[in-house]
Amino acid sequence: MGEIQKLVLVFIGAALVNNFVLTYFLGICPFIGVSRRLGDALGMGLAVTFVMTLTATVTWAIYYLILIPLHLEFLEYVAFILVIASLVQIVEMFLRRSVPGLYRALGIYLPLITTNCAILGLALFMVLKNYTFPQAIVFGIGGGLGFTLAILIMAGIREELEYADVPEALRGAGITLIIAGLLALAFMGFSGIIGG
Amino acid sequence: MKRNPGIIVDFTKGLWQDNPVFRQLLGMCPTLAVTGKALQGLTMGLAVTFVLVSTGIVISLIRKIVPRQVRIATFTVTIATFVTLADRFLAARFPAMSAALGPYVPLIVVNCIILGRQEAFTSKNPLLPSLFDAFGMSVGFTWALVVLGCIRELLAYGSIFGQSVLGTSFEPWVVMALPPGAFITLGLLIGLMNVIQKKKEARGKE
Repeated sequence: MGEIQKLVLVFIGAALVNNFVLTYFLGICPFIGVSRRLGDALGMGLAVTFVMTLTATVTWAIYYLILIPLHLEFLEYVAFILVIASLVQIVEMFLRRSVPGLYRALGIYLPLITTNCAILGLALFMVLKNYTFPQAIVFGIGGGLGFTLAILIMAGIREELEYADVPEALRGAGITLIIAGLLALAFMGFSGIIGG
Repeated sequence: MKRNPGIIVDFTKGLWQDNPVFRQLLGMCPTLAVTGKALQGLTMGLAVTFVLVSTGIVISLIRKIVPRQVRIATFTVTIATFVTLADRFLAARFPAMSAALGPYVPLIVVNCIILGRQEAFTSKNPLLPSLFDAFGMSVGFTWALVVLGCIRELLAYGSIFGQSVLGTSFEPWVVMALPPGAFITLGLLIGLMNVIQKKKEARGKE
């Protein structure tokens, strides 16, 4: 299999087959919290995609160029979480200074991302799956776009749901989780495209 | 004498009223991901208990010497350290369970319950109330995971904690072990909790 083909498979795998939200249950908090309106969902999705791509790049370098040569693999979690927290801070400062337009669009979502489990999950899965450097970057982009897709679909459904008569006890989180279950059922249809 | 009821409330509020899973909707990732089987749910609950209580002790003891600006970073590093300990312990003593839980043990680092309790409670309270609070939240989290795990395991495999309950004639309902089953079961359980809570409040008013 060619290198390009492998990258395509990693992308489809991360975005659709093993969707971060609907298969790995990562990033559920923003998925439930920020999926009330389409605009907010899009902003959150793009912010996550941006940070995921950066995280994949930086944590790959840290793990394979620093932790492994120094035999410090046990510091993996501490190192990753520190890298993600500082990365989010740096991105926030950089955007505020240099790209104010983008900062206004994404700014409020950025601090929320530090504790988004999808980001740390991405770094952990990247190590588990032994991805090469290009594969890790594609994994980050694919994972982020998959998250964006899932949260956009959810926001679209929830906007319509405003007009539906949901049983009182299920309003809010309950019905959102049940819809997520049905979405996950639909996304199971993607398994099999990449043959294991 | 006045302090004691306070401490007991610190413990019991995590069990029901502020249950992290059903009422506060915190720590959803492990709740959904590892509850395909009851035993996995229990193990995850105990791992979170260890991390939450240990972090609570450390943070409560050092809360006065940590400057406010770096408190979140301090909390996070403390949590990551204890999660590494829990993860290594599971990998060494229970390799099969550790493999089944996969990356969801390290993901305790970003479990919002733990950071949330440090920020909301431990960083403002002395050791003893913090300990009770941490234990209450942990027990609340663990029982929620075990209940969810029992329901899903029963429907998916016809067993509870690996013991066959429904016999061999039971047709496994595989989707309950898969992601859709997790979402739907938790959604319905949260609805059920809301109904019970409403009834309780209505009775309290009468």
